[in-house]
Amino acid sequence: MAGTIRPRDAKELRQAVEWALNDGVTLDVRGQGSKLALGKPMHCDQVLDLSGIAGIVDYAPEELVVTLRAGTPLREVEALLAQRNQMLAFEPPDLGPLLGQAAGQGTLVGALMGNLAGPRRLSVGAARDHLLGFSGINGRGEAFKSGGRVMKNVTGYDLSKLAAGSWGTLAVLDEVSVKVLPAPDQTRTLLLLGLPDEVAVKAMGAAMGSSHDVSGAAHVDGRTALRLEGVAPSVEARLKGLRDLLATTDTKMEELATLESRAFWREVRDVMPLKAEADAIVWKISCPPTQGPGVVARIKTQRPTACAFYDWSGGLIWLALPASDDADHLLVRGALGSAGGHATLIRAPKSVRAAVPVFHPQPPALAALAKRVKESFDPERIFNPGRMG
Amino acid sequence: MQMPPLDPAILARRSEIAAALRAIVPGEGVIDDLDGMRPYECDALSAYRQMPLVVVLPETVPQVSAILRYCQDHKVKVVPRGAGTSLSGGAMPVGDAILLGLGKFNRVLEIDYANRCARVQPGVTNLGITKAVEQEGFYYAPDPSSQIACSIGGNVAENSGGVHCLKYGLTTNNLLGIEMVLMNGEVVRLGGKHLDSEGYDLLGLMTGSEGLLGVVTEVTVRLLRKPSTARAVLLGFPTEAGAADCVAAVIAAGIIPGGMEMMDKDAVKCAEAYVGAGYPLDAEGLLIVELDGPEVEVDHLVARVEEIAKERGATTCRVSRDEQERVLFWAGRKAAFPAVGQITPDYMCLDGSVPRGRLVEVLAEMRQMSKKHGLRVVNVFHAGDGNLHPLILFDANDPSELRRAEEFGADILRLCVRVGGVLTGEHGVGIEKRDLMGEQFSDIDLDQQMRVKCAFDPDHLLNPGKVFPKLRRCAELGRVVVHHNKLPFPDIPRF
Repeated sequence: MAGTIRPRDAKELRQAVEWALNDGVTLDVRGQGSKLALGKPMHCDQVLDLSGIAGIVDYAPEELVVTLRAGTPLREVEALLAQRNQMLAFEPPDLGPLLGQAAGQGTLVGALMGNLAGPRRLSVGAARDHLLGFSGINGRGEAFKSGGRVMKNVTGYDLSKLAAGSWGTLAVLDEVSVKVLPAPDQTRTLLLLGLPDEVAVKAMGAAMGSSHDVSGAAHVDGRTALRLEGVAPSVEARLKGLRDLLATTDTKMEELATLESRAFWREVRDVMPLKAEADAIVWKISCPPTQGPGVVARIKTQRPTACAFYDWSGGLIWLALPASDDADHLLVRGALGSAGGHATLIRAPKSVRAAVPVFHPQPPALAALAKRVKESFDPERIFNPGRMG
Repeated sequence: MQMPPLDPAILARRSEIAAALRAIVPGEGVIDDLDGMRPYECDALSAYRQMPLVVVLPETVPQVSAILRYCQDHKVKVVPRGAGTSLSGGAMPVGDAILLGLGKFNRVLEIDYANRCARVQPGVTNLGITKAVEQEGFYYAPDPSSQIACSIGGNVAENSGGVHCLKYGLTTNNLLGIEMVLMNGEVVRLGGKHLDSEGYDLLGLMTGSEGLLGVVTEVTVRLLRKPSTARAVLLGFPTEAGAADCVAAVIAAGIIPGGMEMMDKDAVKCAEAYVGAGYPLDAEGLLIVELDGPEVEVDHLVARVEEIAKERGATTCRVSRDEQERVLFWAGRKAAFPAVGQITPDYMCLDGSVPRGRLVEVLAEMRQMSKKHGLRVVNVFHAGDGNLHPLILFDANDPSELRRAEEFGADILRLCVRVGGVLTGEHGVGIEKRDLMGEQFSDIDLDQQMRVKCAFDPDHLLNPGKVFPKLRRCAELGRVVVHHNKLPFPDIPRF
């Protein structure tokens, strides 16, 4: 069983990394460990626990930016922003329950490391679009920084983009600055009932291509949901506009008011609607929105008991498959065909994740480039080695 | 501006290199006569000029790949170029480097309305994308001032912004995918019509990398539906502080305008004399706030903004009554640079970003500097996101003025960094701010960036002399120094 090292500040963090580097120790880098069951299983010598480097450093609501330390719980950040009527617009999901853990765990930096975003990914961007800058320690034990605290910044390479979605394999971040946005006054949802997948994705596409500023488009259990947010008169008018746009003689429509809407989209965000047995395999598939139903149909011809729902206007598929030794990875990735996209194995037993690629394999030239990028930060491979396999 | 010393061995092989390029790109695609190369001797930072070794204008991806592979094998440097509108010298030629122009990659390849994206070649202009889709009511959101001329490939290289990025983001937030050629000739695709990356976000890294990492040969952008209504509000304030307060108050009220621009009194005067937009000449600070979206929302927000502005002491408050008037309100702002050009032989345009809360202080300090350097400064900027464009007025024919303008500019950028901002918000580092990088970054920060560069271009052949003040060899950067037998830091808590 690996021991744990828990630095209390950036200086101790740098010392810990320096020590690991000198002694050839590999580090399992974690905040609260809420996503340990996600990724390739690792065999690290030591756990590097960042929960001791926590707290808000600075919050400037009128600048739309919050700066905080790596171990700060996501819930704490969200509560702070809510006091000033602001939010993390990318809606970081709480994958705890899906991954067999308690709800409400995890750090904001953990969500950034996974580039995890919820339904609003579609309209405001991913976690990576909200990380303005960071400081951290690279795999040489050097303290470095990138980006800043301002909205517009093209000074030097945008290493924030690389850090977001790197699952802690490039550098250990100790502090981040994140863009925040005003929270909407009102949230309403238009539901279209009983549409087959293909028709639903067309309807969502029409809504997204309209001027009604739709900030969520999901298709769950025969309910096609379109979210409208903003000031009351605008939401009212757009709701009417959407109804007119999508009305056909036989489409039934319903509406969800603000509270019901928020609950509905929170569930979509956290993958709750996926009817997955406790031992089911769960995949997250990103593809061009119009390809979504085709991908699911191809998988279902082989695995008729598969369940799925769509977010991101059809471009995100959450898929549950019956338990298997290989997670049907060839079937799932093969179903994407030439349209492009990628599939990530989100939930599977450790033995399965050890046996199959968790992250979508890349073509050789790209994989080689990614490896060189990894080495440019962490040449001795001490941070989360192999996690993105 | 100091550029890396020219390699005499490369200069001596000029005709051999031109011949090798002709074998790859037949016909008119290789230019090596002085007159033919003249149009390429500078970009929009025209104070700096340099003839390239040879100009090559490929038409296909295999040609780009073959050119880069040849240059890698023969250690020939390469400067990629889109439309040459960079304001920071990003496309400025280097004397011992070939200039790789992507101008012939000018086709829109596919418009996919159902997936709301367009696949285009890198030489298509920014505005060209919008032109190709506007009949269906769509547009491409980032709108740099040079959008009529600048290429989308250049936008990717520079992560270009525009007046609407507070609400709609920069290039990086509106890209879905690219195809690019690495220095070794390999062709890779990043992203596509789907969202997010399966591995490291190399698309995000490439955006704003200023042509130092790879040559972009195809771009997939996100298309948006044009907002149904847009109105501009013209707000004049008796003090700059009043205008700056208003900007903060609008955002604190939860409003994200499509654009929020500020001009100081001198800029207003110049613009008004040049365009006659009806700007109030008595205002010390002028704001143009644009609200866009559904009509009821715009009406609602315009009323809120008017209310906030009046609370902050606005003496002028006019809402555009129709599209013609909205365009007129913007005309002065959009013509501000040439308008300033009317009252001075030359001007230098800067591009620092600061936290909005420090705007007033930064403006005041800039005035002090103006006195110290004995040069006038006029301010036009994207107030919504704290991106300043101070224009320093000078006469380039007076060497002392040019030198003072450069010093003044450097002082302003140092000030931006000191108050928590950055050297460049949207124009890029290029050669212009290269030597100031140390103001914002430590040597370790810059070494880490250069190591990333080494992962793409181990011999530093792509766009040399740009961005980094001093280049270190990749072999040197790659060395890991390990100090064995150190104490394992017993003071850190362990379990």
